[in-house]
Amino acid sequence: MASALINVPAKAKRGEIIAIKTLISHPMETGFRHTETGVPIPRDIVTRFVATYNGEEIFSAQLYPAIAANPFITFSTVATESGTFEFKWTGDNGFAATEQAKIIVE
Amino acid sequence: MAGNRMDPPRRKRRRAPTRRDALRGAGVIAAGAALPSLWLRRAAATPADMRAAIANVVGDAKLNVGRVKIEIPPLVENGNTVPCTVSVDSPMTPEAYVKAIHVFNEKNPQPNVISARLSPRAGRASIATRIRLTDTQTVLAIAEMSDGSFWSDSISVIITLGACLENLI
Repeated sequence: MASALINVPAKAKRGEIIAIKTLISHPMETGFRHTETGVPIPRDIVTRFVATYNGEEIFSAQLYPAIAANPFITFSTVATESGTFEFKWTGDNGFAATEQAKIIVE
Repeated sequence: MAGNRMDPPRRKRRRAPTRRDALRGAGVIAAGAALPSLWLRRAAATPADMRAAIANVVGDAKLNVGRVKIEIPPLVENGNTVPCTVSVDSPMTPEAYVKAIHVFNEKNPQPNVISARLSPRAGRASIATRIRLTDTQTVLAIAEMSDGSFWSDSISVIITLGACLENLI
């Protein structure tokens, strides 16, 4: 099971711009490598990342093999209301992972 | 007393770097010699591929230079994880915001690196990630604005050890 690391501030003031850091453990096999015997290693990457804030999409990204192993993505959002962030990663070979984080907005 | 203590380390320091430099130099030469054979094995993207990928995003619109800032350390030892930050000068209001940030490279097997979609809710148009780079090259970031204009910034990065090299033994 893939494990994810999320860094979201637990509390924020209304209207404050907060930074969100996400990391998902994944090898991000490029599909351009070969084994010792010259057999190509098939591609296995995370292709899509979506972040929602109380159900509404706030950020999404299309990832390519040029993203390093264990994709790390940082972005920001305006803290509008208390609620839940949901982060979703999907990729090759049916890869799917979801992680949540809560925030209290004062 | 103080002079005596200072002297030996200084001599040591002068001698050690030369040996290390020689080894480092040999390593760079070996890596350089290994590169051409690797390039023959797989189809590497060319600057023309990068232009095609950019045309896919930009279309017929004009690609302006400015408003975007891409940050990558100028000298990278390991191309497997290269920190990369892209920030765009934009008020990020519903009237004027950055719709998307795209990053492209010249020499990896594929020209695309990441395409991120933003909304006015981001508050600040800035993203950071870690990327792979196979070789010393130019990396380009493009910002797609809500008014339909495109802005860009590029940076040259020197890579000592490219991504993918260690796996093809």
